[in-house]
Amino acid sequence: MNAYTGTADEHLDHDHGDHHGPAPGYLRWVTTTNHKDIGTLYLWFSLLMFFIGGAMALIIRAELFQPGLQIVDPHFFNQMTTMHALVMIFGVVMPAFVGLANWMLPMMVGAPDMALPRMNNWSFWILPFAFALMLATLFMEGGGPAAGWTLYPPLSLQGGDSLPFVIFSIHMLGASSIMGAINIIATIMNLRAPGMTYMKMPLFVWTWFITAYLLIAVMPVLAGAVTMLLTDAFFGTSFFNAAGGGDPVMFQHIFWFFGHPEVYILILPAFGLVSEIIPTFSRKPLFGYTSMVYATSSIAFLSFIVWAHHMFTVGMPLVGELFFMFTTMLIAVPTGVKVFNWVSTMWRGAMTFETPMLFALGFVVMFTIGGFSGLMLAMTPIDFQYHDTYFVVAHFHYVLVPGAVFGIIAGVYYWLPKWTGHHYNETLGKWHFWLSTVFVNLLFFPMHFVGLAGMPRRIPDYAVQFADFNAIATLGAFGFGFAQILLLVAVVQSILGGAKATGQVWDGTEITGGLEWTLSSPPPYHSFSPQPVVK
Amino acid sequence: MAHTADNIYYVPHTAKWPLIGSVGLTLLLGGFAAYLNGAAVGANLMWAGLAVMVVMLFGWFGTVVGESESGTYQSWEDKSFRIGMAWFIFSEVMFFAAFFGALFYARSLSVPWLLGEGSGATTHQFLWSAYTEFWPTNGPEDWGDSDFHMGWWPLPFINTVILLTSGLTVTWAHHGIKDGKRGPFILGLFLTVALGFLFVFLQAVEYKEAYHEGLKLTSGIYGSTFFMLTGFHGLHVTLGAIMLTVMLFRAIRGHFTPERHFAFEAAAWYWHFVDVVWLGLFLFVYIL
Ligand SMILES: [Cu+2]
Repeated sequence: MNAYTGTADEHLDHDHGDHHGPAPGYLRWVTTTNHKDIGTLYLWFSLLMFFIGGAMALIIRAELFQPGLQIVDPHFFNQMTTMHALVMIFGVVMPAFVGLANWMLPMMVGAPDMALPRMNNWSFWILPFAFALMLATLFMEGGGPAAGWTLYPPLSLQGGDSLPFVIFSIHMLGASSIMGAINIIATIMNLRAPGMTYMKMPLFVWTWFITAYLLIAVMPVLAGAVTMLLTDAFFGTSFFNAAGGGDPVMFQHIFWFFGHPEVYILILPAFGLVSEIIPTFSRKPLFGYTSMVYATSSIAFLSFIVWAHHMFTVGMPLVGELFFMFTTMLIAVPTGVKVFNWVSTMWRGAMTFETPMLFALGFVVMFTIGGFSGLMLAMTPIDFQYHDTYFVVAHFHYVLVPGAVFGIIAGVYYWLPKWTGHHYNETLGKWHFWLSTVFVNLLFFPMHFVGLAGMPRRIPDYAVQFADFNAIATLGAFGFGFAQILLLVAVVQSILGGAKATGQVWDGTEITGGLEWTLSSPPPYHSFSPQPVVK
Repeated sequence: MAHTADNIYYVPHTAKWPLIGSVGLTLLLGGFAAYLNGAAVGANLMWAGLAVMVVMLFGWFGTVVGESESGTYQSWEDKSFRIGMAWFIFSEVMFFAAFFGALFYARSLSVPWLLGEGSGATTHQFLWSAYTEFWPTNGPEDWGDSDFHMGWWPLPFINTVILLTSGLTVTWAHHGIKDGKRGPFILGLFLTVALGFLFVFLQAVEYKEAYHEGLKLTSGIYGSTFFMLTGFHGLHVTLGAIMLTVMLFRAIRGHFTPERHFAFEAAAWYWHFVDVVWLGLFLFVYIL
């Protein structure tokens, strides 16, 4: 795609007076302004939360292994479903994407660092504090939030002491996301290397650029929604109370105006990752680069006018039901363009199947399954049947786990040799992929069946006819959960040693290009200073 | 592109204030949450957190101001600040959009449904058949027991004139610094700050009158939307006025040059933003 001047060695030699290494000791991680350090912090934090949120999921699945109540009481079960979602969304997928952006965007656009390095530090360092507040609620009177991560009133207003802590935690997470997004936008707009026009930017940069706008547009709306919850609970307002002229359904509208763009925040960067990885291992440039950019933009635009498809059963006027049904189904068009382009990129490519490619291919296949079940849910009359059943759970877990999470894991394996300078253990990586793929389908595919048969979500008990599929799903859950330890092992091994990686890491990057491959592996502490020139 | 490959972008080496800010934010919000739950220690934690936040803001901005005055930033860094401030203001716009959305939803959808419009006929008949009040309303159960509502005359109108005038004075100040005339710059800033705080004062007078007449935050959906929208706006006016006050003191100390004065411009952008939000409020909360 691009041609560059300069080689990896040349960049290493630039040693301007201002250059320096990291601060010594643990202070390096506390006071760092370096995009790679901060990216590393984000990624480790995300992995830690992945295991915490995963443990919560395993509690849920253990309880659902058999019908009846065995392991936890229903109130704690509700806390687990709520916290699992909050942790996985705000603590795992979003920080992992920001971590990948921190590591890679400056290297991909030829920048020395992120545009606003001090604010970058704060974006990260809000996260552990916000999650400390949120997780602490589990030990408070009345336990953690238990009304579901969507916090629908009036139920969410009836919990114990957790409500204000969760609300303020969400405010902090929102502030962190907005600052992260502003930083990404400023970096992309202001720090691209001379000659790198917008339409020469790698797809991961493009998808993050658009994601950052989504974040800035909708995180404040979530902040407003939870602020109204707070004042309804403690200051006597009646936004969501019909007795005072408000409407509980209004919360759902405001929440999902945030919530639907949020699901694209959770998937667009993964689209970008897959669009980087598939060309490299197909040894062909990405098919339809321009259409990828426009498809991503269209998805982002449409995401603002589809929100009420989460609320078909609350009693909207018919015209609303129809409008949101048709706009939602429209999203299938740009999404289809993307899947078509990924497949076309592979067409007649010289393909090899290293771990990142396997996860990317798993993404394409299984994300598409989640996309199709989403299309089913988009149809209002059909959604009347499926609403709040396990079919919905199956749908969004297919787009989030073998979708977003597989995308992240693919990105980690793809760039791990670049970060550490060592190749990871390929055999281990392949084991990780196959175990994950088998178990994730064992876990989520049966949920389609029990959902279609009417098993409601967020309930700790179920009718006996759902027992077999639930037992299978629980086996899949534990298998998938423990398989993720292989990821930790692979990452640690690659940090400690292993076969040396070259600057270009994968031979396919010679064809697909990309500034990040012109740097050594591991790259210098300051990425590009001065900047390369893109021709 | 404004820069060439030979330019070096300024990357600060370390930052200690963000972590301190996180501690302050956690104390502030965690303390507030504990206070709301009735814990005695909550208020103390909250004030401690606020103090830490104030120290953090002074420290952080102090560092940046020092770097700016010593010429660390060139036009390349300046552009990052501009992009950052612009999109920060956009995020603030979206925060207000949530509350405007609540107002529009209640006025044009949910209250009419409660009155029996559209598919709300049975709701109205069986739940609150005696409810007839359209807008402003405190709900079918007459929350707060008062039907008083705030007209646009005289205080809100005076406040509109004040804010619009302050938009002119801040622009006058901007022209002053661009032309290198420090007198008009400082005078314009001073007038803007004075008008800003006058606005906040009159808003407080208006709130006092409202509470006197029985219109409270607890007066149903009208009171909720009225006080939350004008309250958050007033808070933002206060923040903007504080920003401009800092700029005023910096101007008196001789900071800023005709070419380089983005901190002032950022505060002025923010000021125009609260100005525009007020026009929306004046139209949709007071007049219509
Ligand atoms: Cu949606």
